[in-house]
Amino acid sequence: MSSLTSSSAGQDRRLGGALPLFRRRSAIPGFGLSLGLTVSLLSLVVLIPLSAVILKASGQSFSEFLEAGFSPRALGAYRLSFGAAFVAAMVNALFGVLTAWALVRYEFPGKSIINGLVDLPFALPTAVAGIALAALYAPNGWVGQYLEPLGIKAAYSPLGVVIALTFIGLPFVVRSIEPVLRDLSADVEEAAASLGAGRVSIIGRVILPALGPAWLTGFALSFARGVGEYGSVIFIAGNMPFKSEIAPLLIVIQLEQFNYQAASTIAVVMLSASFAMLLVINAIQAWARKRSA
Amino acid sequence: MSPRSSTEDPWWVKALVLSLVAVFLGLVLVLPLVSVFAEALRQGVGPALAAISTPDAIASIKLTLLTAAVAVPFNIVFGVAAAWAVAKHEFWGKSLLISLIDVPFSVSPVVAGLIYVLIFGSHGWFGSWLIDHDIKIIFAVPGIMLATLFVTFPFVARELIPLMQEQGVDEEEAAASMGAGGWITLWRVTTPNIRWGLLYGVLLCNARAMGEFGAVSVVSGHIRGLTNTMPLHVEILYNEYDFVGAFSVAALLCLLSILTLILKGLLEMLQPQVRRAGH
Repeated sequence: MSSLTSSSAGQDRRLGGALPLFRRRSAIPGFGLSLGLTVSLLSLVVLIPLSAVILKASGQSFSEFLEAGFSPRALGAYRLSFGAAFVAAMVNALFGVLTAWALVRYEFPGKSIINGLVDLPFALPTAVAGIALAALYAPNGWVGQYLEPLGIKAAYSPLGVVIALTFIGLPFVVRSIEPVLRDLSADVEEAAASLGAGRVSIIGRVILPALGPAWLTGFALSFARGVGEYGSVIFIAGNMPFKSEIAPLLIVIQLEQFNYQAASTIAVVMLSASFAMLLVINAIQAWARKRSA
Repeated sequence: MSPRSSTEDPWWVKALVLSLVAVFLGLVLVLPLVSVFAEALRQGVGPALAAISTPDAIASIKLTLLTAAVAVPFNIVFGVAAAWAVAKHEFWGKSLLISLIDVPFSVSPVVAGLIYVLIFGSHGWFGSWLIDHDIKIIFAVPGIMLATLFVTFPFVARELIPLMQEQGVDEEEAAASMGAGGWITLWRVTTPNIRWGLLYGVLLCNARAMGEFGAVSVVSGHIRGLTNTMPLHVEILYNEYDFVGAFSVAALLCLLSILTLILKGLLEMLQPQVRRAGH
């Protein structure tokens, strides 16, 4: 991980130095200025600051790194962050495909409102989502009061984390699947039907395989977003160490106790995981492009 | 049998799918949104309005607007520069550059705050120099700006890059061959072609800048009236059990995001090519 980011920063500098060699001649002016500005701002705002956290985490021995990054409390936090994000992404994968299907294939009253509302998690500040979900799913809340008698503790438990991450990740699945579903022409389905295929086998053999890559991408994006999420979760989670404490919160707690090294170590573990997921997402998309070409 | 019947779902499938979707979206999206307004107005309109007009609330609104006023122009300059370099020219390392621009989207907001604490905090790289020169970045407004710049970094660029790649270089090359300079070409030829995509990116960037919580929370220090943005003010009021106050400020943020969604929907309806999947 640390070598990945520092080598890409290095490549950027080499890129700046060797520009004329690698550039195809173009009549359009402004290349040096626009690329220079892009690379400098990217380095100043994103790459150099990110390298600070890697440097901080690498300024300790390997056993110290393990102790800070993989303490029982940290392991519990990763388990919750990754586990809850996984469950939430599964829920979103299931209901997201139904939502996308309804938006593309059906006509119903209020469709344009529903369509706009799907993007709400992109537009709503996470803290607002957090307090709203906490109020709703608390034992005396509108929904929580019906779950309480059933013995389901929604807010202030790991289930609360799943609820918050479901909210945050929902649009990723719907918006990944929707364009593919729209482009999937009815001709293919009609052809399959005219060859005698039943509705169930059309869905199983024609539609679902075509949706596969987009579905996986949506799932992975929802999962990746959930792992790092903080604002919407902390209000509903309960934040008990080992039980309902997410990894980003543990970073904040370490930071508040001035344990910069421990905070950076947990951050590096999480960064490694999210870059690994980014590679997986890119691989899925490359595979999908290859398949459709 | 009608010709489309083979591709149409039977009525009971439709009913089942629509009710599942309605229950799910109701529980996850609609009820939370409605509950914000219900909680804010629990004691009537008066206390809600009072809560958003306290001096601390007004200071947080001002800081939030200031943050957006810094982040959005920065994002426009970066986005246009990045898209101009990437879409109008060929160079080595281009796909690496595009991936690096997207990095902030895959970093936890908390880490986005942490990195600036490590650089500008009192124990950070420039900590002692900043203390000697009496410059405050962490637990002060500049830190909030930096954290916001980080989390909003890719918004305009990722809208403009695919749009400008699709449009190609013909018009700009024609302008150059007729002797137009770079700035004239950008302003007269390119800008009219990308303005809707630009607006779409600005809309999303603005919503994120005003609503960012995690990154800003780490660097802010939560000093009332000084370093509190609206989302942070919501948190403080909520933790003090001032629920009407917290939900009233939250309702204001809700109205803002509903406005964002309406504008976004209008833009997608009028200019379908700006619609992108993902973020």
